[in-house]
Amino acid sequence: MKLYEYEAKEIFLEHGIPVPEFRVVSTPEEALKAAEEIKGRVVVKAQVLVAGRGKAGGVKLADTPEEAYRYAKQMLGSEIKGEKVNKVMVTKAVDIARELYLSIIIDRSMGQPVILSSPEGGVDIEELARTRPERILKIPVDPLIGLREYSAREAARFLELGEQSKQAQDIVSRLYEVFLKYDCELAEINPLALSTDGKLYAVDAKIIVDDNALYRQQELSGDYLRDLSYYEAEAKKLNFSYVELDGNIGILCNGAGLTMATMDTVYVMGGKPANFLDIGGGARAELVEKALSLLLQHPKTEIIFINILGGITRCDEVARGIVEALKKNPVKKKLVVRLKGTNEEEGRKILEENGIYVFEFMDEAARKAVELGAKT
Amino acid sequence: MTILVNSNTRVLVQGITGREGAFHTKAMKEYGTKIVAGVTPGKGGSTVEGVPVYDSVGEAVRKHPEINASIIFVPARFAADAVYEAIDAGIELIVVITEGIPVHETMKFVKYAKMNGVTIIGPNCPGVISPAECKLGIMPGHVFSKGRVGIISRSGTLTYEIAYAMTRAGIGQSTSIGIGGDPIPGTSFIEALELFRDDVDTDAVVLIGEIGGDMEERAAKYVVETGYEKPVVAYVAGRTAPPGKRMGHAGAIISMGVGDAQSKINAFREANIEVAELPSQIPEILRKVLKNK
Repeated sequence: MKLYEYEAKEIFLEHGIPVPEFRVVSTPEEALKAAEEIKGRVVVKAQVLVAGRGKAGGVKLADTPEEAYRYAKQMLGSEIKGEKVNKVMVTKAVDIARELYLSIIIDRSMGQPVILSSPEGGVDIEELARTRPERILKIPVDPLIGLREYSAREAARFLELGEQSKQAQDIVSRLYEVFLKYDCELAEINPLALSTDGKLYAVDAKIIVDDNALYRQQELSGDYLRDLSYYEAEAKKLNFSYVELDGNIGILCNGAGLTMATMDTVYVMGGKPANFLDIGGGARAELVEKALSLLLQHPKTEIIFINILGGITRCDEVARGIVEALKKNPVKKKLVVRLKGTNEEEGRKILEENGIYVFEFMDEAARKAVELGAKT
Repeated sequence: MTILVNSNTRVLVQGITGREGAFHTKAMKEYGTKIVAGVTPGKGGSTVEGVPVYDSVGEAVRKHPEINASIIFVPARFAADAVYEAIDAGIELIVVITEGIPVHETMKFVKYAKMNGVTIIGPNCPGVISPAECKLGIMPGHVFSKGRVGIISRSGTLTYEIAYAMTRAGIGQSTSIGIGGDPIPGTSFIEALELFRDDVDTDAVVLIGEIGGDMEERAAKYVVETGYEKPVVAYVAGRTAPPGKRMGHAGAIISMGVGDAQSKINAFREANIEVAELPSQIPEILRKVLKNK
């Protein structure tokens, strides 16, 4: 789960990482008031989770409170890359002398946390990693020991600071504390700004929390459905994985790998998947009914391709769920069903009694789904 | 010989009294796996499917010193502790079936296991099977058949799909390892490839990858750099997956410009590893590479 900038900055403040003074508001009037209180030049920043809001007009420098009002008015209620802006941040504009980069990530290949430090912040770090990797220092941290002081010192030293190096080291340690406490996949300060009067500030803040740890991050996870579409949120509530795509062939399978492979097979054969829907292992009829109902109700889905390879999932349960969903949703959508594995015979019988043909092989079923998809 | 598990594997089931634990204890026993004990704290003294249950791993291992593998069905928030308990009791192979373990926990116990010379398979995985000898996992045994091709996969059902296609084509498996769908697996593609390299009963290896991370790219590099002697065939799931979205598995996400399917497919092809476009093509590619060998 991604946190909004203001949430990440609130966490930073609590942990002693310096952040320029800010307010979070949801009306232009509040933005005006916030700018007056903060005094001087302010930056108005749309609070959205999508990347690249700066280029999309979501970050504006305002010289006066009136200007802040105008920018807030423009941004609030508008959409940035498809995401609605409900809140803006009004924050003190820092006179920046230099922009630096600092983050802690979980490095999958090393299987441990890594501190990334660069004297060149404010830019796209992926781009920097491609073009000039020598400008990024990577320091692995042993998860069983935790952050060593020398590692924090080294990360700070790479930022090429003078007297502020000690403060930067302190920020690294505090960022690591945040990283641990909130089960972060990423805790990032980009840019970490050195102001013209010699102070360090986290001008932007990004935190991604591990979804698997939300059970123990209650204070953050109250609103965990927020970055999802309606259908994605509905699916999440029912506890299956669902991702929207832009085609017309709905995909319903058991298991993440098989679901992806089914999407890909449809694509290779010339069709366009409308979604990824993984009902997981051992789904009962009721869950299958709910999953299929979701696809039957989805306006973009014209054909539905169900591909089940039953291990712990039983084909008869799946078949009962399918029949039930069709009864409950009198929508005319074509179904292509492939069932294989545990209790296959019973499943096949249930579906055939209800006039639904059952394919044995994935490829022939995919071909059929693509053929039907091309006709609509 | 096979790898990791065989007819000499003696199994402890952690979380044996839970719904999943009990169900799969039965299924593994029916397959012929030798399950000697189970553990659920507070349930010591009972039995599940005729298997004695103990309160702790230490106690189970003292009573049954032949235990050399454990399979964990413990819920996510208690799973890490169960892993430490098994490592500290000296069990050398631990399969973690549990899905949903926080990655901050996983990276610690994976590191601890390595320090102690313990092999972890998973988390969030279907387990390991050496057909006709031992099934240490939740996979349907009947789609597998004994043979001479190894499988290493990040997925469950997709592995069954491919194993089933191989079995139908008369190509059996030596061992099939589901390394799991989490971002940090206890055993990586490279470590599994190393095991198959030294196995006299394995002639070729199928790698089933998916989006997320760079394990496939590293495996391709490893195959080239070590001059891997056995033919490797691959499939990569998720070429139609959009960036930034988690595709079911915690580890299946293209993030920060890393982990898309094309990069993995390219890396395999550059390493002269043939990549199947469809899962159903794996058997014919295998037949070809085995003939050329």
